[in-house]
Amino acid sequence: MYDVVIIGAGVSGSASARELSRYKLNVCVVEKEEDVCCGTSKANSAIVHAGFDAESGSLMAKLNVEGNQMMEELSKELDFHFKKNGSLVVCLHEEEKPNLQELYERGIKNGVKDLRIIDREELVKLEPNISDEAVAALYAPTGGIVCPFGMNIAFAENAAVNGVEFKFDTEVTGLEKKDDTWILKTNQGEIETKYVVNAAGVYADKFHNMVSDKKLHITPRRGDYCLLDRSTEGFVTHTIFQLPSKFGKGVLVTPTVHGNTLVGPTAIDIENKEGINTTQEGIDELINKAGSTVKGLPIRQVITSFAGLRAHEDGHEFYIGELEEAKGFIDCAGIESPGLTSAPAIGKMVANILKELTNAQENPDFVGTRKGILDPKTLNKEEYAALMKENPAYGNIICRCEMITEGEIMDAIHRPLGAKSLDGVKRRTRAGMGRCQAGFCSPRTIEILARERGVDPSEITKAGGESKIIVGINKDRI
Amino acid sequence: METRELICIGCPMGCPLKVEMNDSEVVSVTGNTCKRGDVYARKEVTNPTRIVTSSVIVEGGSLAAVSVKTKEDIPKGKIFDIMKDLKGVKVQAPVHIGDVIVSNVADTGVDIIATKNVL
Amino acid sequence: MLNYDIVIVGGGPAGLAAAVSAKRNGVESILVLERDKELGGILNQCIHNGFGLHTFKEELTGPEYAERFVKQLQEEKIEYKLNTMVMDIADNKVITAMSREEGMFEIQAKAVVLAMGCRERSRGALNIPGYRPAGIYSAGTAQRLVNMEGYMPGREVVILGSGDIGLIMARRMTLEGAKVKVVAELMPYSGGLKRNIVQCLDDYGIPLKLSHTVVDIEGKERVEGITIAEVDENRRPIPGTEEHYTCDTLLLSCGLIPENELSRSLGVEMSPVTSGPLVNECLETNVEGVFACGNVLHVHDLVDFVSEEAAAAGKHAAEYVLNGAKHQETEAKDIPIAAIEGARYTVPKTINPDRMDEKHTVRFRVGDVYKNCYVSVYLNDKRIIHKKRPVVAPGEMEEVVLKKEELTAFPNLSQITVKIEEA
Repeated sequence: MYDVVIIGAGVSGSASARELSRYKLNVCVVEKEEDVCCGTSKANSAIVHAGFDAESGSLMAKLNVEGNQMMEELSKELDFHFKKNGSLVVCLHEEEKPNLQELYERGIKNGVKDLRIIDREELVKLEPNISDEAVAALYAPTGGIVCPFGMNIAFAENAAVNGVEFKFDTEVTGLEKKDDTWILKTNQGEIETKYVVNAAGVYADKFHNMVSDKKLHITPRRGDYCLLDRSTEGFVTHTIFQLPSKFGKGVLVTPTVHGNTLVGPTAIDIENKEGINTTQEGIDELINKAGSTVKGLPIRQVITSFAGLRAHEDGHEFYIGELEEAKGFIDCAGIESPGLTSAPAIGKMVANILKELTNAQENPDFVGTRKGILDPKTLNKEEYAALMKENPAYGNIICRCEMITEGEIMDAIHRPLGAKSLDGVKRRTRAGMGRCQAGFCSPRTIEILARERGVDPSEITKAGGESKIIVGINKDRI
Repeated sequence: METRELICIGCPMGCPLKVEMNDSEVVSVTGNTCKRGDVYARKEVTNPTRIVTSSVIVEGGSLAAVSVKTKEDIPKGKIFDIMKDLKGVKVQAPVHIGDVIVSNVADTGVDIIATKNVL
Repeated sequence: MLNYDIVIVGGGPAGLAAAVSAKRNGVESILVLERDKELGGILNQCIHNGFGLHTFKEELTGPEYAERFVKQLQEEKIEYKLNTMVMDIADNKVITAMSREEGMFEIQAKAVVLAMGCRERSRGALNIPGYRPAGIYSAGTAQRLVNMEGYMPGREVVILGSGDIGLIMARRMTLEGAKVKVVAELMPYSGGLKRNIVQCLDDYGIPLKLSHTVVDIEGKERVEGITIAEVDENRRPIPGTEEHYTCDTLLLSCGLIPENELSRSLGVEMSPVTSGPLVNECLETNVEGVFACGNVLHVHDLVDFVSEEAAAAGKHAAEYVLNGAKHQETEAKDIPIAAIEGARYTVPKTINPDRMDEKHTVRFRVGDVYKNCYVSVYLNDKRIIHKKRPVVAPGEMEEVVLKKEELTAFPNLSQITVKIEEA
């Protein structure tokens, strides 16, 4: 019997798990995929929003601003990539300047610091590649960018180190309450717990609706993205939004923490909660729209396109709290943008709710810091030499696009909640994330995964389940 | 009289060749724009041959597999018989270029030889 | 810090031929750096035959062709390091490299030959819509798995792109027991050699669909199906022409990109057409003493031409080491070669009549299929070559030979032009 079971190892679930591990509670996270960060958390804009977007007074606005303020320190404690690069909402038409002013005022009301409206001259200084149409912009120096995998994995690893159990490939199929105990029916058997946290992303309505008559309705809102090669680094340095207007919403153009340029997303409401396929129309739309805020976007440098699903609840608000009608069931639902930004604050809020409910004591053994995978590129020559002496695998480059060594891949496999698949390695180390998109390194990474995990190479998958890379040996069917 | 149609592989031109045949005898080749087309067509309709290449597993070597080929051209119709003969073949390292891996493969009178050194 | 006269980055066919040639042209101190665990580069996985007809007058497989050059390298006692990744080349020709055995180390070179080869265009770079499951490989990745590791990457295969690697893999997968259902090619012509279309597809009854592309990939975990459609003249899919194939694998053979990240950070000027360095007739880049050859310079169809080009680069690198920058000092200027009207680029990009050999082969590619045309070369406005060709195609590299006597004799030569002229 667990005290708390969290459904979903995305960024909300993992942040909640990490915050709960501060207390003497028996916590388990169940995840239907083979790894953390496999749903909405892995495919988004990777933006730390300043907080001027959300409606003033909403929980979304509150947690956005709180999350933004927590991010920098947290990124140091948990060792993930974050950069406060500032964001710009670009106004392309003189007559829309009042809308920009409105956005500014909402930001002030929401508690966003250092906001100001800048004229074209200053805008061009900040971003030389800004569109010739741009007339002004809302400048939010507190806006940032983050590695979404890095943050999610950091939360989960830190939670695991502090005693939280993670069960992967575990899909919850039913929920029942007996007396004060929740029974989760899963494909791996039943799990009993006193409290349930519903952090199931696009599936959060499904679990909520199992226990409540006050129905939630979550629409998977697909966003297509194009990622450009690191050779485009510096094309823009701030996150560039287009001021939403009667002309449409536009797409953002932003650097990533690793020096790529990201363009996206579209916003297409779909039915299928697994519908992460890109479409030609979506990609065409992106490329068209990106041209309105910046000029000369080097779109030929695209290295991959992908799509993610935002968990859009009809009310466009975060639903976080214990259900009146289902005691012991805590929703963490409707977490769409700015969900990634808000995750640190969401985790705190969920943990506080459970602390109140359980009267839990603090965990005296809690360790609040975590070291990420060592990146040898950050070392000086002497340090690198010492590292290589200790482990020569750091001298063996496996991913030549991102210059990732065998040592880093081995670290990714052996650390808590280590990588089991090619995508697991990719999200932890960036091996396979570069311009050749794993064409070169995947056979080598398979070899390392198989060796380190002590399994046959044919067992290694791209992302768990049936996603096998090798299906047999030569001539086995002739 | 039978007509066979081929595409010449002599150059990027890819001339569409027509070969008139009387039983196994070539009566005429048309459609070619150079001598090479004629030579190719006559060979291809009377005795089409290919080199077959594959790789087989090596044990105890620095690599998992060694590449192999038929030492000479083999009749085109024998290609899949050769592949069947290669199924399950394993060799022990060291292997040197030219080493016979399977002799008289699929009864063609041609050996399968290694095309790589695996030590 | 290590010191060598010539450091060659890459131990594939280009690097090997460059090293051997440099040695034979009088330079003793040469080092080849190879990132893989053996020399030979991509030839090691090209186990099919058809290599070496020009160089050795016989048909070899890729590994056999590589071995011939490795042998020459060993006979010439040229040093090489395996499992060694070059991290950086500074403009003072200090090369930073790393290996498991030696850690990070630096080498001071007098001349550098870039011979890093190329990589395949990925699915992402092609922007193919659909899901992103397992079962999508570049043809070269599949080639490595099948030929070098003995693993089947799939059972039922659709191939996009009719480049030579795609065609070769259609045959290899078929022979190893897979079913190749179709090869789709975006362009109205194949980028592969005719011989490969006949012997890799026609021999096995594999259909080739020209002017077709992949418009959807299905399957969340592993590929379950591929939809292809015909494209119009702007290469956009035509609605209503979709055809669905059930399969578990998509192979991509959609072009090769010279691997020039090191060259770029070194400050080497690039051609936007080839994505390779701009070089003079010595195959020297704008960075003095830095030469380029093979697929890092421009993508070749035949390894024989890679070897030939690399031997020239090795020779010029040797001359540079032995004679210093003096080899640059000539009375004549570098004459630019313009590629227009059907010709897309030339290698070299400039030629110096004083410095050039008696004859110099200029290689180029055309942008479309032209039938019954002329390959023409102009010195200023005067046409000096007008060679009739029944057909030229983007998939086959073209060449013209320029003569030193003709160039030096030409008064006020300021421009050489290569173009395709209609009959």
